[in-house]
Amino acid sequence: MSLDPVEQVARATPVTVAKKIRGLSDRAIAWIFVGPTILLLLAINIFPLIWTINLSFTNYKANRPNRPVEYVGLRNYERILNDSDIWLNMQATAHFLVWTIVFQVLIGFTLAWLINKKFKGNDLWTTIIVLPMMLSPAVVGNFWTFFYQPQIGLFNYVVGFFTGADPSSFEMLGSVDLAPWAIVIVDTWMWTPFVMLICLAGLRSIPNYIYEAAAIDRASKWRQFWTITLPMVLPFLMLAVLFRGIENFKMFDLVVQLTGGGPGSTTELASINLKREAFEKWRTGYSSAFAIILFVTVFGLASIYVKALNKVKER
Amino acid sequence: MSNFFSGLWRFRRGAWEMLATLIIAIGVFMLMQPFAMWAYTYSFITTLIGTVMFIVVSHFPD
Repeated sequence: MSLDPVEQVARATPVTVAKKIRGLSDRAIAWIFVGPTILLLLAINIFPLIWTINLSFTNYKANRPNRPVEYVGLRNYERILNDSDIWLNMQATAHFLVWTIVFQVLIGFTLAWLINKKFKGNDLWTTIIVLPMMLSPAVVGNFWTFFYQPQIGLFNYVVGFFTGADPSSFEMLGSVDLAPWAIVIVDTWMWTPFVMLICLAGLRSIPNYIYEAAAIDRASKWRQFWTITLPMVLPFLMLAVLFRGIENFKMFDLVVQLTGGGPGSTTELASINLKREAFEKWRTGYSSAFAIILFVTVFGLASIYVKALNKVKER
Repeated sequence: MSNFFSGLWRFRRGAWEMLATLIIAIGVFMLMQPFAMWAYTYSFITTLIGTVMFIVVSHFPD
């Protein structure tokens, strides 16, 4: 029986040399592959987190690196948790978070359900709908500022056309009552396609034979929706909510472009205030404590959510 | 309900995770509610207790 050249070389190599070359165990090889990733994770995630926790107990100011740093204990946390302005920021964040998720899930799922129907130009419509999320938040913020202009804005004109109101009679970005809704509308416009895509993936993963079996059992379309479509898309939907929830909790760029946190502080979300404390007032210790509070909140919420997601998947 | 309490008594993961989840949810609500300042003040410690508890009890037996 003739051996191939590689086999011949392998057999001719003395055992000791072969061991030296191939002596790495599977575990060692796994560590070689995983090691760089773990190091990178430690360097850019874990170390900054630990450092931020450390800074949150100090009065450190990043613009005065030579000033002696004092440990102030829990004073930064105490100040933040007794500050009524930050409490208002949290309420603004909650308003933004809840309404964007509600609208994005409702509209996103409806769009996915419609796109999932086979019709002419299906792919073209998908591309058109997905366009907003491909744009930069800075660009979106800028052109929605024009849309919301009371005199020349398209949004005011459209609202005026349908309601009969004078387009220049209301200011979306300048009004205390309307500005929180203005940012919700823009975020919904931009990120609904993302939720739609995830829902679409869920809808397309449902095998047709389940619907065929349901149809044979004379289940109505309504019943098919509630007992097949929705339960099978639910894990995807929950994933979309998780992603959007975390993302919107730390929303910054879009809102800064649109309102800069105003009028007053009605749209000043927690992350905007955090940035002001960290890089305008340079209260690094204080802002580190603020960041830790936000981190623990997001981490806690994500833990609950992942647990719920796993339960839904198990069903 | 009795299952829940017996789970807590026997240090079972499900019951303790449920409790931790409840504490986190209350903490987050306290942080973002518009009704009482004292609730906002104690929100962080509530969420922190819930989150740490969640991490610990995830290692309890099923």
